Amino acid sequence: MKLDAHIPDGPIDEKWDRARFEMKLVNPANKRKFRVIVVGSGLAGASAAASLAELGYAVDCFCFQDSPRRAHSIAAQGGINAAKNYQNDGDSVYRLFYDTVKGGDFRAREANVYRLAQLSVNIIDQCVAQGVPFARDYGGLLDNRSFGGAQVSRTFYARGQTGQQLLLGAYQALSRQIHAGRVTMHTRSEMLDVVVVDGRTRGIITRDLITGKIERHAGDVVLLATGGYSNVFYLSTNAKGCNVTSTVRAWRRGAGFANPCFTQIHPTGIPPHGDHSSKTTLMSESLRNDGRVWVPRNSGDARKPDQIPEAERDYYLERIYPSFGNLVPRDVASRAAKRMCDDGFGVGPSGRGVYLDFGNAIQRLGKDAVAAKYGNLFHMYSKITGSNPYATPMVIYPAPHYTMGGLWVDYDLMSTIPGLFVLGEANFSDHGANRLGASALMQGLADGYFIAPYTVGDYLARVGKSNVTTDHGDFERVEGQVRDRIDGLLSIKGSRSPDSFHQALGRIMWDKCGMARNRDGLHEAIEQIRALKDEFQQNLRVPGSGTDLNQSLEKAGRVQDFLEFAHLMCTDALTREESCGGHFREEYRTPEGEALRRDDDFCHASVWEWQGDNTTPKLHKEALAFEHVHLATRSYK
Amino acid sequence: MNLTLHVWRQKGPHDKGGFETHRMSDVSPDMSFLEMIDVLNETLIAAGKEPIAFDHDCREGICGMCSMVINGRPHGPEKGTTTCQLHMRKFRDGDEITIEPWRAKAFPVLKDLCVDRGAFDRIIQAGGYVSVNTGSVQDANCLPVSKVAADAAFDAATCIGCGACVAACPNGAAMLFVAAKISHLAHLPQGQPERHLRVTAMVEQMDHEAFGHCTNHFECGEACPKDISVENIALLNADYAKGALWAARPKQLSGDG
Repeated sequence: MKLDAHIPDGPIDEKWDRARFEMKLVNPANKRKFRVIVVGSGLAGASAAASLAELGYAVDCFCFQDSPRRAHSIAAQGGINAAKNYQNDGDSVYRLFYDTVKGGDFRAREANVYRLAQLSVNIIDQCVAQGVPFARDYGGLLDNRSFGGAQVSRTFYARGQTGQQLLLGAYQALSRQIHAGRVTMHTRSEMLDVVVVDGRTRGIITRDLITGKIERHAGDVVLLATGGYSNVFYLSTNAKGCNVTSTVRAWRRGAGFANPCFTQIHPTGIPPHGDHSSKTTLMSESLRNDGRVWVPRNSGDARKPDQIPEAERDYYLERIYPSFGNLVPRDVASRAAKRMCDDGFGVGPSGRGVYLDFGNAIQRLGKDAVAAKYGNLFHMYSKITGSNPYATPMVIYPAPHYTMGGLWVDYDLMSTIPGLFVLGEANFSDHGANRLGASALMQGLADGYFIAPYTVGDYLARVGKSNVTTDHGDFERVEGQVRDRIDGLLSIKGSRSPDSFHQALGRIMWDKCGMARNRDGLHEAIEQIRALKDEFQQNLRVPGSGTDLNQSLEKAGRVQDFLEFAHLMCTDALTREESCGGHFREEYRTPEGEALRRDDDFCHASVWEWQGDNTTPKLHKEALAFEHVHLATRSYK
Repeated sequence: MNLTLHVWRQKGPHDKGGFETHRMSDVSPDMSFLEMIDVLNETLIAAGKEPIAFDHDCREGICGMCSMVINGRPHGPEKGTTTCQLHMRKFRDGDEITIEPWRAKAFPVLKDLCVDRGAFDRIIQAGGYVSVNTGSVQDANCLPVSKVAADAAFDAATCIGCGACVAACPNGAAMLFVAAKISHLAHLPQGQPERHLRVTAMVEQMDHEAFGHCTNHFECGEACPKDISVENIALLNADYAKGALWAARPKQLSGDG
């Protein structure tokens, strides 16, 4: 496996312009002869499918939900960053670039991040033109707020439903292309493998989730926009259907997987209520703008929060990080909450929780003003917990939320398999070891609207049409493997459900490869995953058949891939002997307990190449150079 | 809590289907309704039976995938709440609960509680958008929108496309769903150039699908988990009438040759 990031020459602010000028173009009359396969219909997938179809390519788009509008981007709450500097508070492309590289703890590629910051401004223009109803002030112009770890107000938002409104914009653009006949939409359809012939991606194998039919789809290029893998923890803020299948199966076909151990644990989740919890729900980070995080000063203090006087409260974020206070980045806030609970200061029934208190904000701004800002979040919180956050502080605890790792891509967003592009959360490129708030929506849409439409065209112009059709022997071979795999799951006929394996895996990962990791724990996790995998192969039970809608079978296939992936994730975490961003190795910390990065040995992306079942994957490294944002210890004190 | 569930089971679109009764014990009031079904499904799998097929995804009330009629009400008894956000503390020990799929001609049952809502997508495809290609746009702040209009557009745009409005309507009409999208775009300057074309095309597609007609029962507004106002339907009707007049206008006055 050769890793060449293909970063264009020249000054950082000219690289994207140069790259675009050097790209080969496809003649407009020839575009419709190329078939583009897009897997996923979230922000990255829908925006790419729509934009490529507008250019004239013949697009096939796939999603496992019953409609492309349901992709999990829809659940993003807080907002989307853009370096518009509409608030005149000193923002710029360079500052957004700088914040993102630093926030990612110096483990992202500078050139990609700079381009992301440049494109951020175009995204807002595009979305507004589509009719996305962003928040506005009384003068009719767009409103902004400051968001997680940023000291400027650069976040555009649509109440607490920004992801929904952006996704509906992309969905509508996609719908327009479906109507025009330029996109064929395949709903309730799951990608189960990639077909690679002569070193080039030629198509995919899918399963129709209603009829169980296994289908072959040939294309000139394949784009994976299939999201992240937080559900490896079972309990996460992801939708229940989110899975790692497409990226793991592409990995098994030769795509490098980069930094799988970089996962983001979001500080403001609602803690699970018990063994039957099926997910954790996120409370937007925007709440930390007005909410104050605290625990009782005395460990084991069982009084109700309103009975604990001010002097006996520890507003620990404000105490430890005076300059950022409650607005420290996510990884810092999550680890601080864990530390407080580990030391016995936690609150709530399980002792795994901290208070997020709006008492001061309500006093200062009034209840109505607080309700106008956060009403829908307060409403959601009270529905889930049965408690009223206007009267009693919320109880929150960190929850797996986003994954910075993903398939390795070059500057053009192409993986190590030619013709396989990876967009959005599914790739590894822009967030390093920690993603800043309101940057996921920005990256998904930058990839889909403004990067892939250029780079995919350049690829097609260079390599020409693929002459492989679905009759090719390799399509038959891969389809056979997919069928064997499904038959294998159905024929075990053991006694444990797919969900019970998933829950067991989640517990291992949360305990040993969650917010804090150490060498011994990771070794134990790998052993436990191995044992669980063996049991899965012998004791799985999937009722029903493969020829109709069978949700147990869908889950079983996804859990099988999560088991394989979990092993890779622990291996990566074990190999990265430093702490950076969301990856905190307990052996590597400063005397104050903060993350200790080891730039001399680990200033690289770790890229794993699959070597076969039960064989340790091979590690490759992409060295990262920091020429503009100089390596420095992140400090929010 | 102990509960008795009557759940609709149907093998496929052509199966007749029927209710199956299950008794649940030790249901925690902190569980969501879907977590309660998860528990039931685990016991079904343990007993060697097929679990109940049901649609769900985000479990945060935003994706619009979950769809159950609970005791005769789409998304159940709590106002402004999707099934996934309904919690068992809203029920009482000993309750009998009937669970059915959306019942509407335009949403055929696929299996058990899953239905096909493709008709909604086709209505949006017919015109529920602003025709703007990627790239050809002006700076976002060149287009001021009054806060009142932006808020009204947003309120309509929060529709999650779940279909509860159709399931609640005695006629199986899709008026609230269509009205929400019409209203979202009609309140914004970006939506004006295609305003008449859009409403005509979307209503035509709606009529083409197997939805019924609106006879002002307003059950849709009651059932909507996002509290989309039925006033949007009035805007839809008015725009549709204007659209029809606009379509019938003498060509020489159109100016678009």
